[in-house]
Amino acid sequence: MELLVASAVGLLTAAGIYLILRRRTFPVILGTSLLSYAVNVFLFATGRLITNAPPILNKYAEVPYTDPLPQALVLTAIVISFGMTAVVVMIALGAYLSAKDDSINMDETASADGEDA
Amino acid sequence: MSLFLIAALPFLGALFPALLIRAGRNASASSAALATGLAFVGLMLHAPAILRGETVQVGIDWLPVLGLHANFFLDGLGFLFATMILGIGLLIILYARFYLSRQDPMGQFYTYLLLFQGAMVGIVLSDNILLLLVFWELTSLSSFLLIGYWKHLPEGRQGARMALTVTGMGGLAMIGGMLILGHIAGSYDISVILQHKDAIQSSDLYLPALILILIGAFTKSAQFPFHFWLPHAMAAPTPVSAYLHSATMVKAGLFLMARLWPVLAGTPEWFYIVATTGLITMVIGAVIALFKDDLKALLAFSTVSHLGLITMLLGFGTKAAAIAAVFHIINHATFKAALFMTAGIVDHETHTRDIKRLGGLRHLMPVTFVIATVAALSMAGIPPLNGFLSKEMMLEEVSHTYWLQNPYLLPGLATLAAAFSAAYSFRYIAHVFLGPKRDDYPAKPHDPGFGMWASPALLVTLVVLIGLFSARMVGPLVDAAAGAVTQSHPHAHLKLWHGVTPALYMSGIAVLGGAVLLALHAGLLRIWNAVPRPEAKVIFDALIGAVTDLARGATARLHDGSLTRYALIMVTFTLAISVFAYGTGTIGAPTREQQAVGLLPLVGWICLIVATACIVLFHRRRFIALILIGIVGLIVSLAFNFLSAPDLALTQISVEVVTIILMLLALNFLPKETPVETPVPVRMRDGVISILGGLGVGGLIYALMLRDFAAPSISEFHLANSYKGGGGTNVVNVILVDFRGFDTFGEIIVLGIAALVIFALTEAVLSTRVRAYLLNREPDMPQAGDSHPGLMVVVTRMMMPVALMVAAYIFFRGHNLPGGGFIAGLIAAIAVIMQYMASGFGWATERQRIPYHGIIGSGVLIAAATGLGAWFNGEPFLTSAFGYVHIPPLEEFELATAALFDLGVFLAVVGAVMLALESLSRFAWQPGIPTEHAMDINPARDTAAQDTNEV
Repeated sequence: MELLVASAVGLLTAAGIYLILRRRTFPVILGTSLLSYAVNVFLFATGRLITNAPPILNKYAEVPYTDPLPQALVLTAIVISFGMTAVVVMIALGAYLSAKDDSINMDETASADGEDA
Repeated sequence: MSLFLIAALPFLGALFPALLIRAGRNASASSAALATGLAFVGLMLHAPAILRGETVQVGIDWLPVLGLHANFFLDGLGFLFATMILGIGLLIILYARFYLSRQDPMGQFYTYLLLFQGAMVGIVLSDNILLLLVFWELTSLSSFLLIGYWKHLPEGRQGARMALTVTGMGGLAMIGGMLILGHIAGSYDISVILQHKDAIQSSDLYLPALILILIGAFTKSAQFPFHFWLPHAMAAPTPVSAYLHSATMVKAGLFLMARLWPVLAGTPEWFYIVATTGLITMVIGAVIALFKDDLKALLAFSTVSHLGLITMLLGFGTKAAAIAAVFHIINHATFKAALFMTAGIVDHETHTRDIKRLGGLRHLMPVTFVIATVAALSMAGIPPLNGFLSKEMMLEEVSHTYWLQNPYLLPGLATLAAAFSAAYSFRYIAHVFLGPKRDDYPAKPHDPGFGMWASPALLVTLVVLIGLFSARMVGPLVDAAAGAVTQSHPHAHLKLWHGVTPALYMSGIAVLGGAVLLALHAGLLRIWNAVPRPEAKVIFDALIGAVTDLARGATARLHDGSLTRYALIMVTFTLAISVFAYGTGTIGAPTREQQAVGLLPLVGWICLIVATACIVLFHRRRFIALILIGIVGLIVSLAFNFLSAPDLALTQISVEVVTIILMLLALNFLPKETPVETPVPVRMRDGVISILGGLGVGGLIYALMLRDFAAPSISEFHLANSYKGGGGTNVVNVILVDFRGFDTFGEIIVLGIAALVIFALTEAVLSTRVRAYLLNREPDMPQAGDSHPGLMVVVTRMMMPVALMVAAYIFFRGHNLPGGGFIAGLIAAIAVIMQYMASGFGWATERQRIPYHGIIGSGVLIAAATGLGAWFNGEPFLTSAFGYVHIPPLEEFELATAALFDLGVFLAVVGAVMLALESLSRFAWQPGIPTEHAMDINPARDTAAQDTNEV
């Protein structure tokens, strides 16, 4: 089980890094999303993996619980990563609509245009 | 009056002139004068104690860990300077009231002036060198504002920039020197440092500390080779020049040398650096001053020269020289401030400061003539004026000081400088006021009103009185100040007649020489103009230009606009330090068993792996990549659920929905395909880096998961106290709304800000030509035949109340079972988004009565109010309370303030998600074109639309 989670995190990270190194906004946004998954699962897994032991207190029996702390941390991280993705998408969209170009790098022609403008 | 108040009054007073300028210029000036006057009176209340040789001390610890204390002390030296700063400050405030014209923003002027004054007072009262540094930098900044006060003049801006650059760089060096000094002495308090002369002078760090501190002092006091900024600062209004260059800013460097004189002076290094610099500055300043035709430039270089004189005296390191230095500081302040003011009057009345265009003003401006003549004669060193006394003392000291065993060098050069000093002083009188009356003045000159000449008149009265009755007027003050400088109890013998001494001969030679030099002025000027000499401003500009080019070049190389490269550098660097950490660290053996893998997790894993691999392979086809990323999100939420994290699973899946909708909305406008741009080797390289990164992260978490916690976890505390202390059995939710409520509070604020940023960006983008482009845009893909299918409309409307009920259910059960504000907020947002999608933006907007900004704001406010409520129970912010209520026939239920906090979270999440998506949708929305009838399916619709188009 641990190997599955670790390999999944590794693959998500690798895919995320690869997409972040692309030249257009959309793949980069996808890459950051994949990296967010990887980071969230990574943080979650620091609480170690336990099945069938949710951190919901059982008043009637002594049962094991998984670590609630990483879960609380990751929960807010998920919501915040939505906010971050939304802002980045917005910036990408605004930039594309303004410049008709979704390249993330300022190449020679782009900077020359900027000086002319 | 407390020293704190004296130091604070100018800063407090700085608030008023800018505000009161609405009540008129007199009100503005009066408020400035009042603050200064109060501080001056407060200072004078300490006069009897100070003149008895006592010191006044106050202090509070500010940052004791850093050795930074807000300690102030007032001794003779500080008292002398504070008196000059506040006293001349008052006169300047009066003078400026009449000097500035109606076009000048006077409120700003007085505010800047008081800020500067406060910083200067702070310097001279500080008992802590770190505190002193703070004020020191404040003088650089506020003088920048003052010198550049006439923003419309390029010379003003350049002069201000130059002054800030030079004094700022010096300040930087001085910070280093001060820190070394404090390090040697073991304290940053000046009164402590002054007790450690031997430790400091025997330290190996003495020379570096000395040089760094002196760079700071020399730049501030315009000593060679940093003298060039001062004449360029003359672009400031004359009251500023009179203030900065007579009594305050340039004297700050002298003050510092005098302040640290007890511990730094007396060594050969001190003598040769300080005295030589002072000597060179004195001679160069005096020579250049003679050949300047601008009145203020002449005075500027004479100031440089006199500052050099005082520096030289401090450099001698003897008590008598220190007394002479202190005395000349007083005298120079009085006659130079008066001279600057008269130059300002001449400029104000004749509209020129060019000596070549002036002359004969004594008939037209008799009052100004008298004031200027007395002050200039004092500067020339003519008895019985005060300038003569201190110049005699200087020459006396020079006459028996040997420079490298050479008995003639110092006296010779000092006499030369004194001769030039006499010459330019005579020139100030002769070429401006004497001579025949001219008829080509740019304006019709006459004496100004009393308000303008009152200040210089008072100053020249002092010049005369100090000259005649020196011992009685300033004897105790000089004694007290010199006592503070030398840490002893000297008695200055201030008198006009010292008998026939070498100094008298030198004085006589200087005055006669000055007269001869003036007579030969025209000829000397020709020679002066013929001889090439380095122009400081050109050198300075070239230096600054070179530095700017260097910075620009470095920035352009590092910061070339390629975000891909930044990302690559960051990833590679992280990899490199990870490899280093892996190579140098150690890791223990695994302590946990690998868990068995069931069929279901394996299937999920295969889905995730395949989906992720396909994203990389097909990322150029953006729709497919988006669908695949949805699969990844789904598997991740299933994994959360499987691994005992139901809250995370719920959150992940609902966030997934809104994220995908958001990206779809954006993709509507973006290209649908990504072109191939990078060659295969580059992709190979990126692939290798990515795989290395993935291996590292995966390996790290794998190693982590197979080992137990290195230290006891704090999770046990949360599990144990969740129900007892927080009243909920869902520990994750209790952590969010209770244990870590403050984090969550910050979290929702961040989310709200993100949504507002998106809204603002939308507004900004849509207010440009993008709007026209969007309105005329042809869809690049085939459109659906029916943009609002009836079936979808009906279903979403029916689902709305159900979905909201689910949200409410999830919300209320959140404290005890999986759920809570975050998840409920996302579900509610999805319910509303469905309406937008099915029935159209226009339809939904019409029915949306509460703006989303307000929902975000109310959420944050509710959360904040809940947190504040704890204060009324005497508990810290965000302490929660709960109780159980039983109202028949209902079951017993719980009431918790945490639920109220969660309501705030809920509202903030709903508002933020909706505002983000609504903003994006507005790109697609075309105002003026009503969204077509969402619900009423009308076959005549197409014909009706056609009719409208034809019309």
